[in-house]
Amino acid sequence: MARSFSLTNNRVFRSVVRHGMPDTNRNRSLAVFSNFFLHIHPVKVRLRAMAFRQTFYLGGLSAAAFFILTVTGVLLMFYYRPAVPHAYNDMKDLEFVVASGVFLRNLHRWSAHAMVALVFLHMVRVFFAGAYRPPREFNWVIGVGLLLITLLLSFTGYLLPWDQLAYWAITVGTNMAQSVPFIGPDIKFLMLGGNEIGEPTLIRFYVLHCVVLPLTAILLVSVHIWRVRKDGGIYLPPKRHAPVGRKEES
Amino acid sequence: MLVDDLGMPLTHEEITRRKALGMAGAGALCVACTGTMITAVRYLSPNVLYETSSRLKVGAPSSIAPGSVVTFPREKVFVVHATEGFIALSATCTHLGCMTRYEADRARIFCPCHGSQFSPEGTVLAGPAPTPLPRLEIALESGLLIVDTKKLVDPDFVLRV
Repeated sequence: MARSFSLTNNRVFRSVVRHGMPDTNRNRSLAVFSNFFLHIHPVKVRLRAMAFRQTFYLGGLSAAAFFILTVTGVLLMFYYRPAVPHAYNDMKDLEFVVASGVFLRNLHRWSAHAMVALVFLHMVRVFFAGAYRPPREFNWVIGVGLLLITLLLSFTGYLLPWDQLAYWAITVGTNMAQSVPFIGPDIKFLMLGGNEIGEPTLIRFYVLHCVVLPLTAILLVSVHIWRVRKDGGIYLPPKRHAPVGRKEES
Repeated sequence: MLVDDLGMPLTHEEITRRKALGMAGAGALCVACTGTMITAVRYLSPNVLYETSSRLKVGAPSSIAPGSVVTFPREKVFVVHATEGFIALSATCTHLGCMTRYEADRARIFCPCHGSQFSPEGTVLAGPAPTPLPRLEIALESGLLIVDTKKLVDPDFVLRV
């Protein structure tokens, strides 16, 4: 061969990946720092912050569940029509006719349940670690907002199969909303898009479930993670003792 | 700036042109935001509803035997020919909104969701329902019984024919 062929030492690859192999500290830093997707992470992370017992990885797992939900959700959107009578029939198609339809739908459902459990546990962990104290108070508030969005995503998604379980769950939910003083009936009217659960309700919940709530969630999660970094990373309780033979680290 | 013992200013601070214009701008922003929100709520409130009409034509009074209860599932209405006259009841359970059903053999209206029971006049017999089934307006028009599902009437309203 006149020129040896290399997978990584060619013009196309070097135009995309601008740093060398991460075998020097500089290249290890650049691998994170010069990457659009990775550079929300700081280049260096405190070792204690990565311990399982510190966070149980709950925040990251919640984000992973959200990612799975987005991908499976988009795939389900190729077959699901948010109209009556198509909604129920399309759900049946996904169950019985579409290749991997059962798997994708089940994965979507299980990830939804998992995400609710994970964000709740994440909230409990943050609370008991005291990681909401200043300067992290506002991040806690953002977290509460994210919890509400997660629950609303579950609520709006529940209607979409348009089966008996969906219909009556939304009946109960909107009746509860109706009991708010003064503005309750108006809230119910806006939620349902009318006086009864019907086609306007389905399309409303679909748009909320697939567009409005996910966009809001992504926006808030971005601020939430940015805030963690700005506040100095994962909250770590102060070390109680100096390791033998080394200067005490702060 | 001179302050009193509470730290509140004693003299009126002069409003500069900069401050006045700033306040005018903030006020304009408030008006714009309020207008936007009102417009958004109006946009999301439908003006045309493709739902079943609220007026239900039941039929001639003679078509309902005395002491019987007729169910209209689509409109969610029971029409009862009681001893005093005709009563139109909403079939929606007052607990959490499920559709009830009339059981003739037990002379009661039953809700399958959480077990509420009502008498044929709508009073709560058992279960978690907090209030009796609401009565709807029922009237006689040109010899036909008409129920308006949008209009609620007093709990003792009876149409005497």
